[in-house]
Amino acid sequence: MSAIDRDSAGKRSDGPVLQVRDLEVSFPTESGRVMAVRGVSFDVAASEVLAVVGESGSGKSVSALAVMGLLPPQARLCGSIRFRGTELIGKSDTDLSRIRGHRIAMVFQDPLSALTPIFTVGDQIAEALLIHGTASRRQAGQRAVELLDLVGIANATQRARGFPHEFSGGMRQRVVIAMAIANDPDLIIADEPTTALDVTVQAQVLEVLRTAQQVTGAAIALITHDLGVVAGFADRVMVMYAGRAVETAPVDDLFDHPRMPYTLGLLGSIPRLDATGRHPLIPIEGQPPSMIGLGPGCPFAPRCPMVLDRCRTTEPDLLPVAGGEHGAVSVCVPLTLHTAACWRSGEIERTDAGPAEVFGLDDIPAVDLPPRTERRTVLRVDALARHYPVRIGTILRRTVGAVRAVDGVSFDIREGEVLGLVGESGCGKTTTLMEILELTPPMSGSIEVLGRDVAGLDRRERLAVRRDLQVVFQDPVASLDPRLPVGDVIGEPLAVHGMGREQIRERVRELLALVGLRADHANRYPAEFSGGQRQRIGIARALALEPKLLVLDEPVSALDVSIRAGVINLLDGLRVRLGIAYLFVAHDLAVVGHIADRVAVMYLGKIVEIGDVATVFGAPRHPYTQALLSAIPIPDPRVERRRERVLLHGDLPSPADPPSGCRFRTRCPLFGTLDETDRSSCIDAEPVRRQRGPGDHEVACHFARVKEVVQYRS
Amino acid sequence: MTMTPAAPPAVATAGPVEIPSETLSRGALVLRRFLRNKLGVTSGAVLVLLFVVAFLAPVFYPWDYRAQDDLALLTPPSPAHWFGTNQLGEDLFAGSIRGLQKSLVIGLLVGVISTAFAATVGAAAGYFGKAVDRALMWVVDLLLVLPSFLIIAILSPAFRGKSWLLLVVLLSGFSWMITARIVRGMTLTLREREYIKAARFMGLPAWKIITRHLIPNMASLLIIDATLSVGAAILAESALSFFGFGIQPPDVSVGTLIANGTDSALTFPWLFLFPAGLLTLTVLAVNFLGDGLRDALDPSSSRGRAR
Repeated sequence: MSAIDRDSAGKRSDGPVLQVRDLEVSFPTESGRVMAVRGVSFDVAASEVLAVVGESGSGKSVSALAVMGLLPPQARLCGSIRFRGTELIGKSDTDLSRIRGHRIAMVFQDPLSALTPIFTVGDQIAEALLIHGTASRRQAGQRAVELLDLVGIANATQRARGFPHEFSGGMRQRVVIAMAIANDPDLIIADEPTTALDVTVQAQVLEVLRTAQQVTGAAIALITHDLGVVAGFADRVMVMYAGRAVETAPVDDLFDHPRMPYTLGLLGSIPRLDATGRHPLIPIEGQPPSMIGLGPGCPFAPRCPMVLDRCRTTEPDLLPVAGGEHGAVSVCVPLTLHTAACWRSGEIERTDAGPAEVFGLDDIPAVDLPPRTERRTVLRVDALARHYPVRIGTILRRTVGAVRAVDGVSFDIREGEVLGLVGESGCGKTTTLMEILELTPPMSGSIEVLGRDVAGLDRRERLAVRRDLQVVFQDPVASLDPRLPVGDVIGEPLAVHGMGREQIRERVRELLALVGLRADHANRYPAEFSGGQRQRIGIARALALEPKLLVLDEPVSALDVSIRAGVINLLDGLRVRLGIAYLFVAHDLAVVGHIADRVAVMYLGKIVEIGDVATVFGAPRHPYTQALLSAIPIPDPRVERRRERVLLHGDLPSPADPPSGCRFRTRCPLFGTLDETDRSSCIDAEPVRRQRGPGDHEVACHFARVKEVVQYRS
Repeated sequence: MTMTPAAPPAVATAGPVEIPSETLSRGALVLRRFLRNKLGVTSGAVLVLLFVVAFLAPVFYPWDYRAQDDLALLTPPSPAHWFGTNQLGEDLFAGSIRGLQKSLVIGLLVGVISTAFAATVGAAAGYFGKAVDRALMWVVDLLLVLPSFLIIAILSPAFRGKSWLLLVVLLSGFSWMITARIVRGMTLTLREREYIKAARFMGLPAWKIITRHLIPNMASLLIIDATLSVGAAILAESALSFFGFGIQPPDVSVGTLIANGTDSALTFPWLFLFPAGLLTLTVLAVNFLGDGLRDALDPSSSRGRAR
């Protein structure tokens, strides 16, 4: 034990904090042994941020859990994990507990389950100190308050006495980070620390994590699937695929000169806010392999556009790419080197090929539509509101207020147009969608679908309108009936609208082909498909009746990065081919920027800015839009470093009790810079949405002014 | 039942595979999956056989269940009396067959009717909510607090002489409530699933959402419930008969035969073993049939897949 005691191995030692060599982890399952990690070696140097990137199932989280010694007992581990020179594999749980939370800390993805609901957060942070005997009870309590203050929780003394449920998601994650740095660790492992959070909160939490690192000088192993976060945060990157590292490099090298086709594909598959021109994303065909009984050869070979015969028979080792610093090619790969596991990385190196050259691109045919004002309106929403009453009491129920989920939303969609609806979770996007889809008279305001007011529809007319209005849901698992074969799922809307059995069969085939699936897939159950395929099935079902308007509720946010591009391209192509209008709800502004023509930004049940994507993203006038845009990480380390961030403070206020006047003023960065008289107008008067910029760019802000936060499609 | 299925691939993997190119509906697919389950199919056949024997055997068998053979009192099984005789010289095989007719019909009908009723009420209450939910659950709660056994006992004399099938109505009328509550609870969670919303937004009427989406997704529970209540109904009937309600002498049911044979189970084992064996066979067959159906309906079950 003494070897890893605080004094004997202080932070002055120069060697890597963590050395992992040939780590292999496997789990037994009913259908065979899952090789979750298959020989991963990496180092984390002191004060360094190493990002581990990969899709779900690539083994990144399992590697992290192995380091922490938190794998389930049936897992089989081989290789070596050395922390400050001490071997961790084979140590007993009791021994590991002395390191865990003390020298190595972990930040989990879900801050809700990482905190115990029955203790105050102050006590939980103090416990982290007490359990390792680094402070007395009094000191621990004080230190907990200091730590909460450090991670940016206002009123730390009072908040320390609060329970986890009184904190929002972002606040909880701050508490978890405070707990992680309590003992001044040498290494923090952060497993998808911001995945469950909104972009604006993600930006805050990353900022806190950065501060925490500066204060403690700890190294960070950041596990994520978001290349944008990596670009802004990491020093070095390790890309994992099918349980192995396929490329490692300093962050700039990786983004500038990726040398492994998988990395190239990943980089090409993410929509970028600052992309120039309108080009399709690069989808990586196929799916990640099953980790049971993996054959010989490169596991990426079936999806690789550059595959050779050799790739199918022998798996390439992770070797330095030619042209980099020539080090001795040994098992122990030097830290700073750019390495890749690909037989053809030399070739890629020579030609310096980008994603487009390697994967090939097909252009999206241009949409040729008459000017917007001459096109028919497919959906008009006017001053739509939806309030949910808040009731208390069990016997005598009385209404004490209302959650103003949607509070006066107006927009319209013309034929063949894509309107992106963006905003943080809880801003009323989904409620707006549901109100539209219900086709029942709204609480207040009006909804017109294809020129027909939904308030006056009788049952038969409503059914007729449903033909033209279809929906694709966020979760491809939950949106398909698990007990219905895919053919029946897709054919269901056709049957509802009275199509014959033979016709349905014919149409289902056409639809499957349209979304890129095979006709024989109709006989299988949804569970046999991957997430991306299921979302295609959901899209096929929505297209069955050839609707005029498709409502998409976060259609790609549940999908893996490499799959996402394929679905986005499919949606993009379908809209051009079939001339459907989309109402596209998403929290990912980059995706919206890629696919939408117009965008509406929602905040607390209201649209604060609406207009052309190019205008709104290129010259945003509402401070909220500016903050949202600046919170989106851009997968380019150089751009990320130069960017000036508009950080929002706090979380979304409760829609049950919105601030007076302008709802955004409590978090508004602009509000702070105003003088007393201007401020009072924000507090007293609710800004009306009116035309500010060119065309139909409308903004609801008293002091709207352009601030360019991203170079959008220059 | 002559369809011999071609085996489809087990998982959706890429690559060329020969497949039947016709698109099958859910019914055909479930049938195909069910036919792959040997035990399930066998159990179905056993049940059919029991029915055939129960209703056809009396035609060929020389003894009537009421006839008393004074020359053979308490004889063990023999070629003359296949299952032996009791103390009155009544043929046990004839009695068992007569009893089986009743018990099979009562058991299966009660199982199916009570579960179907429970599913309908529970799903309707959960799906429609509000007033429908409150009204239906009020009825459920009321029926739950009423002592059902007592009520059947009180009502029985009124039905004396009428068809014993009334017993089916009474037994199922008092055995659906708890299932209905469970179904309602499951419906409340299923209702919020996106595929139910999707069905609503495509214009599917409520009763179709319930029959096409909600009930199939609770099939595992319902099938288990139905198979359990088959056995329970047969036993409940025998308990009622034992106390002199339900099936009245000289008529017999498997339940009454078991009740009568229990005392002499050790001394004259055939009096107990044969009726009890028939009951066990029936309940086992129903259970395996239910398992087979459940596997066929549940796509996550690997047993229905081709191997």
